[in-house]
Amino acid sequence: MEFLERFAIPHPSPAIYASMVAIALVSIGILAGLTYFKKWGYLWREWLTTVDHKKIGIMYLVSALLMLFRGGADAIMMRAQLSAPDMKLLDAQHYNEIFTTHGVVMIIFMAMPFIFAFMNLIVPLQIGARDVAFPRLNALSFWLFFAGAMLFNISFVIGGSPDAGWTSYFPLAGNDFSESVGTNYYMLAIQISGIGSLMTGINMCTTILKMRAPGMTLMKMPMFTWSAFIANVIIVFAFPVLTVALLMGTTDRLFATNFFTTDNGGMDMLWANFFWIWGHPEVYILILPAFGLYSEIISTFSKRNLYGYSSMVWSMVLISLLSFLVWTHHFFTMGQGALTNSIFSITTMAIAVPTGVKIFNWLFTMWKGKIRFTVPMLYSVAFIPLFTIGGVTGVMLAMSAADYQYHNTMFLVAHFHNTIIPGVVFAMLAGLTFYWPKFFGFILNEKIGKVTFWLLTVGFVLAFFPMYITGLDGQARRMYTYSEATGFGALNMLSFAGAALMAIGFVTIVYNIYYSFKNSSRDIGSDPWDARSLEWATHTPVPEYNFARTPQISSSETFWDSKKNGHELFKGEIEEIHMPNNSGIPFVMGMIFFVAGFSFIFALWVPAVISLIGIFICMAMRSFEKDHGRHISVKEIIETEEKLGGAK
Amino acid sequence: MRKKWTLLTSMMAFVFILAGCEPLLVLDPKGPQAQRQANDIMLSIGIMSVIVIVVMVILTFILFKYRESKLPDDYEPPHIHGNKWVEIVCVGVPILIVAYLSFVSVKSNYIVESAPEGYENQEPLVIYASSSDWKWHFSYPEEGIETVNYLYIPTDRPLEFKLYSHGPITSFWIPQLGGQKYAMSDMVTTLHLAADAAGEFMGRNANFSGKGFAENTFNVTAMPQADFDDWVKEVHETAKPITESEFEKLIEPGHLGQMTFTGTHLEFSPAPEHAHNEVSDEDNNESHEHTNHEDHTEDETDHSGH
Repeated sequence: MEFLERFAIPHPSPAIYASMVAIALVSIGILAGLTYFKKWGYLWREWLTTVDHKKIGIMYLVSALLMLFRGGADAIMMRAQLSAPDMKLLDAQHYNEIFTTHGVVMIIFMAMPFIFAFMNLIVPLQIGARDVAFPRLNALSFWLFFAGAMLFNISFVIGGSPDAGWTSYFPLAGNDFSESVGTNYYMLAIQISGIGSLMTGINMCTTILKMRAPGMTLMKMPMFTWSAFIANVIIVFAFPVLTVALLMGTTDRLFATNFFTTDNGGMDMLWANFFWIWGHPEVYILILPAFGLYSEIISTFSKRNLYGYSSMVWSMVLISLLSFLVWTHHFFTMGQGALTNSIFSITTMAIAVPTGVKIFNWLFTMWKGKIRFTVPMLYSVAFIPLFTIGGVTGVMLAMSAADYQYHNTMFLVAHFHNTIIPGVVFAMLAGLTFYWPKFFGFILNEKIGKVTFWLLTVGFVLAFFPMYITGLDGQARRMYTYSEATGFGALNMLSFAGAALMAIGFVTIVYNIYYSFKNSSRDIGSDPWDARSLEWATHTPVPEYNFARTPQISSSETFWDSKKNGHELFKGEIEEIHMPNNSGIPFVMGMIFFVAGFSFIFALWVPAVISLIGIFICMAMRSFEKDHGRHISVKEIIETEEKLGGAK
Repeated sequence: MRKKWTLLTSMMAFVFILAGCEPLLVLDPKGPQAQRQANDIMLSIGIMSVIVIVVMVILTFILFKYRESKLPDDYEPPHIHGNKWVEIVCVGVPILIVAYLSFVSVKSNYIVESAPEGYENQEPLVIYASSSDWKWHFSYPEEGIETVNYLYIPTDRPLEFKLYSHGPITSFWIPQLGGQKYAMSDMVTTLHLAADAAGEFMGRNANFSGKGFAENTFNVTAMPQADFDDWVKEVHETAKPITESEFEKLIEPGHLGQMTFTGTHLEFSPAPEHAHNEVSDEDNNESHEHTNHEDHTEDETDHSGH
């Protein structure tokens, strides 16, 4: 009995028990459904063992949408709890767990897989490659992310959720002040998916540097590929810091080391520094691919080439360098003194310059264009003013003396949601709508899409703009309640109303997918938006080998050149295509990592050691395996091409 | 599109009306440091509003002029690469703005990190503010008194807060007197404040520190020096001395009301000053047992070096 007690929830509530039952029922339902419809083989062959970048991208996409709803459920509970003074919906402990998981889920398990989804789906197509450089590593990256995400998400029904904030500052996150296993979940789940992210970083950098189609010099890469490249370079430099910090945090919690403790020579501020040396570049890992998507979308729907291509590239390079030089601005109030704060205040404000260049380039891309207000374009158009507001409030926060008043308040919360939601979330939804036909063969309904857009935009403004005011009025972030005397009530109610609108907006996305799947035309051709870059030059849906013949590149808008200027995209005969084989090892390794993570979280040393050995066995098997891939014959290619609509 | 702009403008109007009803705490300063910060905030809001308005005007203009429905069917957008002068303006103007704000920011940093302006010549009142889960302990070493969860301060006198924590990282914040600073368990940070006017202010821990965080607040009462002196005298006549065992009980996790003691806990449980100097921790603790807390001026260490 004592052994089982550790798995109990330290702070149970009816809602958690209800969730347990729901999770169990849904799991049983899925398993039963798979068995009844005899889909196990299909699932294994087509998805679990796949190394195809497009299928991996779709799996990232589905996971990201699921996590969006998990994180969104947390968000709406938080806003409901704060909607009126002295609200009794949640107690302090639950509120603390919910804002912690909201932050982690949204950043690590929603935004990251969302950008990985687009990198996987788009980058190989944009550079005219057959797959990423290391397809099997790519599958492993996904399964590690998936294992981490699942591990993190079971925390609230087994053992308790982390409750020290998504920043998990020590000593609060240490054993002295966080006794439950919650923070172990934080350390290990993020660690596992972080290793996956690091592998993706290496994989994507290699892909983009080594696998571009003939003629595609670096300065002829489409803008999304550029943004993905720079984001992945940042991943390669930033994620190792997180890996090490999490490892140190894990040993502090499990093996009584003293890296971040306050006695025995430990230093709690060290965690804050490590965390933000990763954490600040992390926000650019998210925002740069979003910028890339906006660049593609704005230029497509303005029927104009992207204005200032080279300044777009250089501004991103500059942002990536500066992103590593600003981490201290997350704790100006730690007492470093005026000199340190001044330096970081200036480096932080400096980021506004390259970002401003990008805003003006997007504006000038629309200038003299022919603007079509499709759903992806609406998101992009709303992004410009809203992100500008988020950006300028960032400059305000960068003024370190004034930051003593903004820090830890709702003003800060308003600021980063003001950059992340119009910046990243809108970009992901715009990208989702824009690229949906490429991968699923039908366009999402524009009317429902516009309803979603308005719900989200109005909801966003209502939810987050009031926080700027309550922040300046002294409402600290992460307070689970406040008294009537503070006068925060009315504005927080407004925030709740906005959050509710956003929630409805997100539900309409699911409805739109369902509705369009039922009703949308499947006869859309391969280029439904009259787009410009290479990913639209192949069929819809994309055949597994992407391009039957390797494309010849003329510029960053090769496809447009081939449509308008007579550039010959595909030359020569169709040849045999070499493709990688599927493999079950990445999936198996992901599952073993899950078991290892779970064992470490609960200090179950025997299964922990066994699963670690299992991981090494998988790696050894890969090393000794002779797998030279397979070849798709010319005949097979021609058949596929004809079926998809004529050899292109 | 028009719907959105009317919405945004009405939102803005709403914001200003709301802000106008009752001054927001941070923008209603009662001391020189908070005044400086409020000035910086208003200055940056002003400059930033101009930027936002410029972007919105350009965007609205472009969206109205170049949308498809307004253009002839055969209109083919031109291929434009970029223009050197446009780019110089787009880089140059932001650089000028950022440079100006950097200048203001650096200047303000040095102002808020030193004795409040106009109070440089006065002897500061030193108060040790230490947090425990989820309370604040205020020790007045010169006056020899200690309070829990409330703070009495004289007006028109520089205040030097020495901040540290008996637990997780917290942040000491009195919005109307000035911005916050962290209190940590392994070092002491210094926050310079002063109150220009008598009154009651809200003070709180702004940094999340666990279950009782939301209620981790304290009341601040600023009064003329004479009243403050009376209060000190009264405390010495009425309050009980603080003892080590009593203090151990006080720092146990939980909430407490307001309490008053004579003596300070620093006498038996000194603040972690110099903890990160070259002197090892043990030496340091030992030397502190013998330190007379009157000569705090020597402790004017800036923690920038650590």
